[in-house]
Amino acid sequence: MQRIGVFVCHCGSNIAATVDVHKVVELARLEPGVVHAEDYQYMCSEAGQAKIGAAIKEHQLTGLVVCSCSPRMHEATFRKCAQKYGLNPYMVEIANIREHCSWIHKDMQEATEKAVILARAAIAKVNLNTPLQAGESRVTKRALVIGGGIAGIQTALDIADAGYEVDIVEKTPSIGGRMSQLDKTFPTLDCSACILTPKMVDAAGHEKIKIYTYSEVEKVSGFVGDFTVDIRKKARSVDADKCTGCGVCQEKCPSKKTLSEFNRGLGTRSAIYTPFAQAIPNVPVIDRDACIKFKTGKCGVCEKVCQAGAINYAQQDEIITEKYGAIVVATGFDTIKLDKYDEYAYSQSKDVITSLELERVMNAAGPTKGHLERLSDGKAPKEIVFIQCVGSRCSDDRGKPYCSKICCMYTAKHAMLIRDKYPDVNVTVFYIDVRTPGKNFDEFYRRAVEEYGVNYIKGQVGKVAPQPDGSLLVQGVDLLDNKQIKMKADMVVLATAIEPNQGVRNIATMLTASIDTNNFLTEAHPKLRPVESPTAGVFLSGVCQGPKDIPETVSQAGAAAVKVIGLLAKDKLTTNPCTAKADELLCNGCSNCAKVCPYGAITYETCLVNDHGIREERRIAKVNNALCQGCGACTVTCPSGAMDLQGFSNKQLLAEVDAICR
Amino acid sequence: MSVNEEFRPKIVAFCCNWCSYAGADLAGSSRLAYPADVKIIRVPCSCRVNPMFILRAFEKGADGVILCGCHPGDCHYSTGNYYARRRMTLLFSMLDFMGVENGRTRVEWVSAAEGVKFSTVMNDFVEKIRSLGENVRLGDLRCKN
Repeated sequence: MQRIGVFVCHCGSNIAATVDVHKVVELARLEPGVVHAEDYQYMCSEAGQAKIGAAIKEHQLTGLVVCSCSPRMHEATFRKCAQKYGLNPYMVEIANIREHCSWIHKDMQEATEKAVILARAAIAKVNLNTPLQAGESRVTKRALVIGGGIAGIQTALDIADAGYEVDIVEKTPSIGGRMSQLDKTFPTLDCSACILTPKMVDAAGHEKIKIYTYSEVEKVSGFVGDFTVDIRKKARSVDADKCTGCGVCQEKCPSKKTLSEFNRGLGTRSAIYTPFAQAIPNVPVIDRDACIKFKTGKCGVCEKVCQAGAINYAQQDEIITEKYGAIVVATGFDTIKLDKYDEYAYSQSKDVITSLELERVMNAAGPTKGHLERLSDGKAPKEIVFIQCVGSRCSDDRGKPYCSKICCMYTAKHAMLIRDKYPDVNVTVFYIDVRTPGKNFDEFYRRAVEEYGVNYIKGQVGKVAPQPDGSLLVQGVDLLDNKQIKMKADMVVLATAIEPNQGVRNIATMLTASIDTNNFLTEAHPKLRPVESPTAGVFLSGVCQGPKDIPETVSQAGAAAVKVIGLLAKDKLTTNPCTAKADELLCNGCSNCAKVCPYGAITYETCLVNDHGIREERRIAKVNNALCQGCGACTVTCPSGAMDLQGFSNKQLLAEVDAICR
Repeated sequence: MSVNEEFRPKIVAFCCNWCSYAGADLAGSSRLAYPADVKIIRVPCSCRVNPMFILRAFEKGADGVILCGCHPGDCHYSTGNYYARRRMTLLFSMLDFMGVENGRTRVEWVSAAEGVKFSTVMNDFVEKIRSLGENVRLGDLRCKN
């Protein structure tokens, strides 16, 4: 029989305001096995833990039930506490009477009754707990960063500077990401390329960093400390070791009509191309869908002009298999498609563009060499309208329910830059709210309004109608003056909502990392573990976790790097001891469990079994504790009930069911 | 039949640790209320739930049992929820045959980010069980007062 201590936490007033903690203590004392019960204001505090320690000693406790917040919050805390005072950490169970009780119920009697039942279930379970020993697994001291934008680059640099090897996998032909497409950055207006390209060069030259561009993660197996990853290195058709990056092939390539992805389709590129001049690596890629040689077999100009002999039409995709201890997801974002927003005439007029397209237009290396001009006729615009929240903060399924966070600031930036360079151009911004929480952000926005005379109108635009004279009629509403507005514009810029990059769901599935309904990766705890995925060994960096600007992305990238470094600095990790175990007397060696095991953790061995005095050789399931992750699929599949999960055994779960239904 | 307001059903909710239990935590931290009749049991994965546990709950007097897991494709253990889905489909049809109506059993996918969904699902499920009334089949009279 266990000697159980029950500890009921007030959590200040979080629990005690709705749950009569004294009543819980009083009723818990009546439960079988309970020899001690007490309550305290903050069980997780040092004083609270000391109380637990004292009780363990005084009452020779063998099991603990802590009635407190979610085990996802403090199970680890109380397990450590138990260990500190000489108890096996797996002899602790948590009754979640905060998130699952006091926070959602208002009626004290009802909440108290429920808390008592939850405590009862935990007591019934702990009565059946057995001490478990955590095993050890090794750590591969190498990290993988998926995505080569500013988030991935910064994370990789920070990890590499600490002395660990890092690989970056980037699906496009160059690292740099979205930031490389930007012209200037808020709130300081320094040029994006000037602050990004040195980092790209640092990453490329770092002895601890290996960059796989034009590559994608194809398969992930293993677990924290010991992931095995297959990387598909797509065929560039150019030998990277021979290429000198002279650029002659791109100049001479006769197929020049492909829309440039880097310029958001506003310009064209050749079939053999580097996305932009500062690309890293400076090795072009042949786009096989556009290349005449690949389409018709005739051409081969690039091969002829290449002095280095680097062109290799026969190159094949290559699969590289590497081992990693930690994986950082830094897959970034894209803007949403605007096909559901016909009212803004994006598909009808070339002069309606997204903000990211405007970045390219304003960039000196962009399709217009940095001249602000209408893309339809090349004329200089006199009247520009910006429309905010296109697809952001949207309550229907056309757009996204969240705020994209960066649009208010970049629109202020665009407006300011245009007014600065072209003072005779009128700039009008239609907005729902202007959101500028950030260091020097509101000052920046006010400068746009006060110094640069940008005309901000609170209200939405209902329609943008292209006119026969080539102008655009913008119909909107001014909410503050309560009047309809009809104005002619030469250009309309849409602050399009951002969304996580296509393909992130696939990556999340490979990593078994949680993802939310908007395709943002979920953090292990929204406040206390914001850069970790709930999946151990997987970390989050940048917009893949939620909308954020460059300074925030860089901060998060550094935070993710620190978490990775903390992990790689360990030689061994303790493994979860809640693994499956086969009862050799019941197992009949049928192989059903091995078939459902997602980790291949179950094998069969012929063992000598002593079954009630009869000694015989039998084929019996053996679980590899290093591989078993403790899902429990095998326990239900087992027809003879031989397989059980330690820490969540059949008996323990049935005891909980019984306690709840009593 | 009018719904008996006094009837407080016993409802067991099995929630997987990675998605639904976290979803329930989020419902809690967002203060999204659902009836206190729902009591949650944490399991590592929805595939850990043995049909036996559900039979036992009904035998011991539960009026409804709900199993919540990660969305298909998002299972922390890759495939666990697929097994759970298949097992429950069979179990629920058998239970229906035995007189435990389909409305008393349910499988729902609730992610860690879906606190609102968790609360909505639980409110709806409790409402359904209240309208069905007390479960009399599989109730083992020897175990009940």
